[in-house]
Amino acid sequence: MSYLSKVLAIVWKDVVAELRTKEMFSSMLVFALLVIVIFNFSFDLRVENIAQVAPGVLWVTFAFASTLELNRSLALEMENDCLDGLLLAPMDRSAIYFGKMLGNLIFICTIEALILPIFSVLFDLNLIQPSLLLTIFLGTVGFAGVGTLLSAIAVNTRAREVMLPVLLFPIILPVVIAATKATGGILDGLPLGDIAHWLRFLVAFDIIFLVVSYMTFDFVVQG
Amino acid sequence: MSRSFRIEDLLTWLSGLSIIVALYLVFVYAPTEATMGHVQRIFYFHVSSAWVGFLAFFVTLIAGVAYLRGGNRAWDILALSSVEIGITFTAMAVITGSIWAKATWNAWWPWQQEPRLVLVTILLLLYLSYLVLRAFVEGEERTARFAAVYGIVAFVSVPFTFMSVRWWQRLHPVIFESEGMHLAPAMLATFLFSLLAFTILYFTLLLHRRRLGKLADQVDGLKERLRTGEGG
Amino acid sequence: MIQIQDLVKSFGHSYALQGVDLEVSRGQFLTVVGPNGAGKTTLLRILATLLRPTSGLVRIDGLDLSSRSAEIRRRIGFVSHQSLTYGKLTVEENLSFYARIYDVPTIEERVDKLLDLVGLQARRHDPARTLSRGMQQRLSIARAIIHQPSLMLLDEPYTGLDQQAADMLRQLLQTIAAESRTVVMTTHNLQRALEFCDTVAILAKGRIVYQAEVASLTLEDLRQAYWHYVGNGSTGKRAET
Repeated sequence: MSYLSKVLAIVWKDVVAELRTKEMFSSMLVFALLVIVIFNFSFDLRVENIAQVAPGVLWVTFAFASTLELNRSLALEMENDCLDGLLLAPMDRSAIYFGKMLGNLIFICTIEALILPIFSVLFDLNLIQPSLLLTIFLGTVGFAGVGTLLSAIAVNTRAREVMLPVLLFPIILPVVIAATKATGGILDGLPLGDIAHWLRFLVAFDIIFLVVSYMTFDFVVQG
Repeated sequence: MSRSFRIEDLLTWLSGLSIIVALYLVFVYAPTEATMGHVQRIFYFHVSSAWVGFLAFFVTLIAGVAYLRGGNRAWDILALSSVEIGITFTAMAVITGSIWAKATWNAWWPWQQEPRLVLVTILLLLYLSYLVLRAFVEGEERTARFAAVYGIVAFVSVPFTFMSVRWWQRLHPVIFESEGMHLAPAMLATFLFSLLAFTILYFTLLLHRRRLGKLADQVDGLKERLRTGEGG
Repeated sequence: MIQIQDLVKSFGHSYALQGVDLEVSRGQFLTVVGPNGAGKTTLLRILATLLRPTSGLVRIDGLDLSSRSAEIRRRIGFVSHQSLTYGKLTVEENLSFYARIYDVPTIEERVDKLLDLVGLQARRHDPARTLSRGMQQRLSIARAIIHQPSLMLLDEPYTGLDQQAADMLRQLLQTIAAESRTVVMTTHNLQRALEFCDTVAILAKGRIVYQAEVASLTLEDLRQAYWHYVGNGSTGKRAET
């Protein structure tokens, strides 16, 4: 239980810090909106049926917004060497991983929840469906799971902000493909049985990468 | 030192020989394919290159895990060597794959019809990301550590990428599928031999590159000792 | 309390520590001095379990560093010139957070007591980034002792502090030292080194080259020893004994 309380302490710390300044939220939200609007305009000029590209646009937006959040989250720990503070605590280092990962998951999901209604309006689609929400959640766990690990690497390199997309995007490609396909299927009104294999795929990806990240996190943060 | 030199020498001769034989098989021995003509021969090179690309990635994974376990720099040198060679073969696979696609589907990049081509391209991107990471980290020890972790993550992502790309255009998932091509026995023999020849070539290049890496590492060590004026 | 035998730490090809031997007994206040790049920070970070040794033996409180590091961390308080506190959180929130991850039993009480000790009660609801450098260092110390560690590791704690802040820090350290904790501090200021510690050691080129009780030492003695072992910097070679 002590382990869990420490993980939650880390999550609590991140939430409180963000609620105080709302820096991350505002920048992510504005960024996501801009991306959606730009897509909307550029496709509107050439594409007959916007609903066709909506899933792709949605997931690209989520992927980019996630990168912003992941970068910020770890950068917070680099200020004043706070990561050392976490490493000094008498707990398993994996608690740091899970704490940051859960925090990332919460933040990204919150932004997604804010984007969905706006997206629905702009693209004239109903995106508030349970199966869709599940898909989005599973995809986000994929982003946050391996993204937390890779952001810990990226923040220690010279090209900080640019390095994370370079490392992350090839890895989460399967998530983007699966999530886009599932989203498209749901919007097309396909029965759940037809897209279930994509959801199972996402679950498998999430579990495997949570395990891999948890096992290698210690090597990244300690020299 | 002199013993491993002999292995590399032996392999150099062996790969030279097997490549020549492979070339003969591909261009002379193998029959011309009915529909596509001579262009089909590029298939042998394409698949062999792609195979080496994946093999090299696997070696990088093993080397990465070994490095994390022991901290022995030799494993990191092996990992980097494998990546450099792997990326070369993967690039070759992408180019030959594109030529093959143009011949088969009359398009340089048919996303829908050639999931394999998409897959080797993603493999190439993973290799590139690996090298970019190494270029931007300060400190040898950190570079080796981060690269090892990323190598593991990247390799684990490959099966997922493979599956998702293959399922992409189908309504129902398929895990394994037989190749659409009908291979005559002579073609099959050529095909298998090309794989073998390329594999030997890979190991040859790998050992040579690793030797270079070890020498460079020794030079770095000497430089450091000169700089600090003491024994290491 | 601390036993170090033949500790070596290398980063790639460069060796930060080349065989350090050191023993620190319980309740002792040891100051380690040395030029920049001698390995002082590396040594302290290894003791704090933030870095892994390349080879050698390190025991803290009888526990082996490589196998029991989590338990060791419970007994250590670490202060460096970085505050290790979150700028956006308030002073109180920072301390509460650390109390939680250190399993401190009565959090509110303890946080209150520490705020009194370091003189930050008035600022408890202010975000940490609004504090002056001196106050941040005091907050950092409160953070470091929140779990009542038996070993304090201080890495050049006076860096960047003005006279007033430095005086406050000195008083604080005296109080802490008086509670018979074991303390290891690093500094490059020889005068500071002699202030209230028991033993001083010189770390040069990755090795402990000199160690002496402070009681029998004057500043001039220490200075001479320092120049003897560290040299004038131009050759970088150890002087003839």
